[in-house]
Amino acid sequence: MRDDQVAAAEDAAIDGIDFDGLRLSPAGAEYHLLIGDGEPRSVANDELGAALSAHADYVTNWYYWHAVAPQKADRWAFLRWVEHAGDLDVERRYAAMGDGKFARNWGQLRITVTIDADGERRYGLGHVDDADEPETALDSYDDPLDARTLTKYDDDGHFRPLKTAPTLQTGWQFTDLSGADLVTAVDFFYPATVTNWHRERGTKRSDAPAGRAGAERHASQEGELDVSHWRETMARQTGIYGLIETWDRGEGHEHVEWVAEACCDDSQCLKRREWQYDEETELDAPGGEGEFPCREPCSLVVAAARKWTKLESEESRTYEFDLTPSEKEQIEAIIDAVADGTADEIRDADVYDGANRYRARFLRAKLFDEDGNLSGVETGE
Amino acid sequence: MQALVIAAHGSHLNAGSSQPTFDHADTIRAVGAFDEVRESFWKEEPSFREVLRTVDADEVYVVPLFISEGYFTEQVIPRELRLDGWDPEDWDSDGTSATHTTLTASDTDQTVHYCGPVGTHDSMSDVIVQRAESVTGDTDVGDGFGLAVVGHGTERNENSAKAIEYHADRIRESGRFDEVQALFMDEDPEVDDVTDFFESDDIVVVPLFVADGFHTQEDIPEDMGLTDDYRTGWETPAEVDGHRIWYSGAVGTEPLMADVVLERAADAGADVDAAIDEVRSTTGGSPASGD
Ligand code: SF4
Repeated sequence: MRDDQVAAAEDAAIDGIDFDGLRLSPAGAEYHLLIGDGEPRSVANDELGAALSAHADYVTNWYYWHAVAPQKADRWAFLRWVEHAGDLDVERRYAAMGDGKFARNWGQLRITVTIDADGERRYGLGHVDDADEPETALDSYDDPLDARTLTKYDDDGHFRPLKTAPTLQTGWQFTDLSGADLVTAVDFFYPATVTNWHRERGTKRSDAPAGRAGAERHASQEGELDVSHWRETMARQTGIYGLIETWDRGEGHEHVEWVAEACCDDSQCLKRREWQYDEETELDAPGGEGEFPCREPCSLVVAAARKWTKLESEESRTYEFDLTPSEKEQIEAIIDAVADGTADEIRDADVYDGANRYRARFLRAKLFDEDGNLSGVETGE
Repeated sequence: MQALVIAAHGSHLNAGSSQPTFDHADTIRAVGAFDEVRESFWKEEPSFREVLRTVDADEVYVVPLFISEGYFTEQVIPRELRLDGWDPEDWDSDGTSATHTTLTASDTDQTVHYCGPVGTHDSMSDVIVQRAESVTGDTDVGDGFGLAVVGHGTERNENSAKAIEYHADRIRESGRFDEVQALFMDEDPEVDDVTDFFESDDIVVVPLFVADGFHTQEDIPEDMGLTDDYRTGWETPAEVDGHRIWYSGAVGTEPLMADVVLERAADAGADVDAAIDEVRSTTGGSPASGD
C-alpha cells in the first residue's frame, strides 16, 4: 500500500466512506470506523492514517475502484463482476486474486485477474479453449486494438461477419491489461455486450460508482434492457429491407420461430436472444444460455430475413421424385450436415455417412439430368 | 470529454471493408484528439443502434464515412442513432454542402454533433490529389496528366454524382492537372470509355469509394480494360488504347482520409486543430497502399 492511497482515503473520509466493507464516518473530532464484520470503533482524527494503514486491503480496494478502474458505470460493474465483487468480501477476493485463481468466461473469452501489493489489478484475456495451453504456445498481445484483427477471422481463416458467433479464433492471449484496456478489448471482441448486460442487470444491482461527473446520465441508463422485438424492428426498416415487414401477415409467427432457430441458437450465436415476435408473443425457440443479451434482430438476421421474405412469398407446389428410402434419408443427412456445419468433418472414405462427398457425388450422378434437375424434373417458372 | 464515432457501411461478406475505417480511427487515436474513438457499422458491430452506449463522453462527434449525402446519412444513421428531432433540412444542404447539426440522442442523452459525410468535404479534393500522387509515386504529378474521378452515378442517389462532379470541378479549377473529368459506372460519361475523354497520354483514375470492394477491384478495372479478368491483376500503369492508365483503387484507403474525418469534427466545433496539423504531417507523404 502506498502513502498516497491512504491519504486519498483520509480525504474522502470527510464525506464518509461505505464501500466493500470499509465504513468510515466523521463524528466531530473523531471517526467511526468499521471494517468488515468487525467491531465498530472510534478513531481520533490524527490517528486515522495509522488506523487505515492497518487495513491495507480495504484501503487499496477502495482506491482501485474509485481512482483507478474506469468509472463509466457499465465498465465498472463489469470489472466488479470479473472478481465476484457482488458475492465475495475483500479478503476472499484478495486471496483468490493473489493466487491468480479467478477466471470468468464471457462468451468464448476467458478473463483472469491478479493483484499486487498496492491493490492494482491486472487482467488476462484469452480464448476459453486455450485455458490449459502453456503461455509460450500462444501469441501474446498487449494493445487492445489488436482484438479487432483477432476477431475478424476464425481458425480456418474465414471472415466472421457476426462477432458473437462461436467461432472465435484460438492461439492468442493478452497477459497484462489494465481494467480500462480489458474492457476496450472485450468491446472489440463482442461489441456493446458489456453495456447491454449492464442495462439488463439494471436495478437489480446497486453497485454503481457514486459521485462522478455524468453519474446522472449513467444512472438513467440503468434499469430495463430496451428490447426491440421482431415486429417493431422490421417495421423500422426502410430501403431494400422495407419489404421484410410484409412477411408478417397476421397468420402467426412460425416464420420468426424458424429465423430464431436458424440464426440465434447457441450453436450459431452466443448472445442470449431476448427479443420475441412482439411484446405479447414469446417465441418457443430457445434464446440461449449466454451471459450477455441480444436486444434486437441484428443486421445479419435482417439481411437474411429479406431473402427469406422473397423466398417465402412463393407458393408451394407438388413435384414428383422417385427416391429409395435410403436416398430420402441421405438428402436429410446432407441438409443436416450443411446446417450443422459438419460437412467438412466427414472423412473422405466414410461412405457410411450420407453427407460424405462420394455419396453426394454418386447421388448427383444418378439423379440429376444435364441441367442439374433432380430426377429430371424441371423447376418451372 | 469528447468522443468521435466514425459511422461506416461495413460488410457481411468482405473482410476488408472495415479496414480503412479502423486505419483512420487509429490515426486519430494516435494523436489523442478525442478521449475516445469508436468505429461503428451498418453491417458490422457495434451497430449504429448500440455504438453511443459504448462511449463514455457526454459529447459525441459522429462523422459518416460515406461518399455522398443520401439514404444513409439522411435516414439510416440518424434513425439508428436515435437522434431526436432530426430533419434532413437541418443540414440545409444543396446535396454537397452539409456541415453539421447538434442533437440529443434519446437513447443515451448524449449531445451528438452529427456531421456531413467525409465525401463532400472540401478537403476530400486534397485526398483525391494525394491518391494520384501515391499511385504515380510523384508528389508533383499533374503536368501532362489527366485525372478521372469515378463514382457510381445517379442510379441509386442523385447526390452521389454531385459529389463526384463537385471534386472534379474543384480540382479542375486548381489547374493542377491538364484535364479533369468526372466519370460514372452506370451512366454517361462512362468509365468504360475512359480513354475517349482524355487527350493526355497519362490518365490517373481515382474511384471515390470509401473502401475497396468488388466495384473498385473487379468492375472498374475490367470495365476500363486494365485486365480481362480481375483475378489475374493488372499493371500500374496499364496500357489502354495508347494511354497509360494509373488506377489508384478506392480513395478511402488513402491515409490522409483521417484528416477529412477530423476536419468534419472541427467544423462541428471539436477542439482538434492541433490534431489536424499532426495528422496532416504524418499522413501527408504516405506511399500508395499497394494497389
Ligand atoms: S439476432 Fe440472433 S444471431 Fe443476431 S446477434 Fe441476436 S441472437 Fe445473435
